[in-house]
Amino acid sequence: MSWLNNFVRPKLQALVRKTEVPDNLWEKCPSCGQMIFHRELEANLRVCPHCGHHMRIGVLRRMEMLFDDGRYQRLELPRTDPDPLKFRDQKRYSDRLREAQGRTNEQDALIVAHGTMGGAQTVVAAFNFAFMAGSMGSAVGGGLIAAARLAVAQQAPLIVIPASGGARMQEGILSLMQMPRSIIAIDEVKEAGLPYIVVLTDPTTGGVSASFAMLGDIALAEPGAVIGFAGARVIEGTVREKLPEGFQRAEYLRDHGMVDIVVSRPELRQTLIRIIRLLHNPQPPAVVEPPATTAAEAFNGRSRPSNGSE
Amino acid sequence: MPTFLEFEKPIAELESKIEELRHLSDAGDINIAEEVGRLQAKADRLLRQTYGRLTPWQKTLVARHPERPHFSDYVQALMEDFTPLAGDRAFADDHAIVGGLGRFRDHSIVLIGHEKGQDTASRVAHNFGMARPEGYRKAQRLMELADRFRLPVITLVDTPGAYPGVDAEARGQAQAIARCIETCLRIRVPLVSAIIGEGGSGGAIALAAGNRVLMLEHAVYSVISPEGCASILWRSADQAKEAAEALKLTADDLLRLGVIDDVVPEPLGGAHRARAQTINALGDALEAALRELKEGDPATLRSRRREKFLEMGEGRLS
Repeated sequence: MSWLNNFVRPKLQALVRKTEVPDNLWEKCPSCGQMIFHRELEANLRVCPHCGHHMRIGVLRRMEMLFDDGRYQRLELPRTDPDPLKFRDQKRYSDRLREAQGRTNEQDALIVAHGTMGGAQTVVAAFNFAFMAGSMGSAVGGGLIAAARLAVAQQAPLIVIPASGGARMQEGILSLMQMPRSIIAIDEVKEAGLPYIVVLTDPTTGGVSASFAMLGDIALAEPGAVIGFAGARVIEGTVREKLPEGFQRAEYLRDHGMVDIVVSRPELRQTLIRIIRLLHNPQPPAVVEPPATTAAEAFNGRSRPSNGSE
Repeated sequence: MPTFLEFEKPIAELESKIEELRHLSDAGDINIAEEVGRLQAKADRLLRQTYGRLTPWQKTLVARHPERPHFSDYVQALMEDFTPLAGDRAFADDHAIVGGLGRFRDHSIVLIGHEKGQDTASRVAHNFGMARPEGYRKAQRLMELADRFRLPVITLVDTPGAYPGVDAEARGQAQAIARCIETCLRIRVPLVSAIIGEGGSGGAIALAAGNRVLMLEHAVYSVISPEGCASILWRSADQAKEAAEALKLTADDLLRLGVIDDVVPEPLGGAHRARAQTINALGDALEAALRELKEGDPATLRSRRREKFLEMGEGRLS
């Protein structure tokens, strides 16, 4: 219309926004483009209130949303040789590792926690995508073994939540060997007659999808999560055609028989609690004593109204 | 016409000169015979030098050499009464993974492996050794068959990787590989695996979680191809040489890392120069490995195999 509309007003708006609304208070939904106030987004577990798009959620927030009253204990994981190959590309792997450790304040890409879910003792191993794209090397493999053994010791179900691009290639063949290693780990849980449940989140690909992640007794997935073996770009390069709509998304996997249920994040906790109760009537755990009401409730198999934390 | 790799060119030139001279010397000329002998010695020396210090990238090229013995060559030379068995009983028969019953040096066994094919038509038919889910599901079925009839299993690994295609993903490539590894780790019969060429990532480990893992001297085994690794970490596939170094994918490296149990030496100049000799050498190594495992009871065979893989990457700091 005029220079006033096209030039002065945007400039003024930019000025005002900068001072009054710092960028980090609003986040733009990558799917529908709507701006969402950060408090609202967090309260909604980083699911867009406008279109239901699931953004990635921090691993600690993930733990908090799953356990009763957001309370859990972390398991200290075994330390391994951090750089067995002395790998170096344009950067040293040991430097990349240190950077990731500094940025995330974590040792590696897997976090293992235990606590109660719906009153039942549960072990959760969740991937931290912020740590080198959640890639699986020896530390992650070792962490999964530790998680599986804790589940067996506590006679508790094991829930694993991958968010990972696949094997950590800076550990070369040893990262490939984490595929059999992690499969043996979760097999120990299965052999003990305990439920092994996976929650596939965005993304679950490569060597992670082709090992423990696809072997759950029950496989849940978050809406829209990319789940598959080969990367979309690699496939496009091979077949030289456009990939089908929704290819390698959670819903596509469900429709192709690879996933049991696609569950939205706000319903995840209750769904897991329900499945665990139906699968598994907990015996008194070996290590942690549950409150008496919990055991009775689980025995009756009745669900109860959700508690305040949801 | 044999195929020569880029770094074999000087050897190829010498050999063609020798061939020419031999042609001339049919008349019995002493001088020419001497010259042939001299050149032959030089060619042998060059071959020994070249193959004595192959770089990881050169080994990658040798491992992919089109004349390298493939699965079907091993079957022909080592197996009697080989009876291929087809299909995953769910969708199709995949030709990138072949398997069946047969007799190997007086043992009845189940043999499973990747087949790359030896000419254009058979390469296409076998999809260049890149299996789809039905291939891994056939392998699972055959391993379970072996378990039921207490037959040892031998797997021969030679694949660029699992097939990255829309159909493969739609039918659960990741799940098929995962279940195949799980089956390797669950069976209660001896499982001996040999990396005979390319051990490409998940598509390779799917068949290679064995009690013994052997590897031919110039085979390679890696989590990702050097080209793939370079394009991600160096942002250009041109750095494949550097990536091949960094990945530690040679038989010697893997033996040092404790990932494989034995290296089977190849004849001078690589398996493609002396195919029968290579096949026999691998046959002897497989037989020796099976003999060691013959005494093990079913539960021990399984638990030893699992203990071995549980320790991989445990490192020295724990």
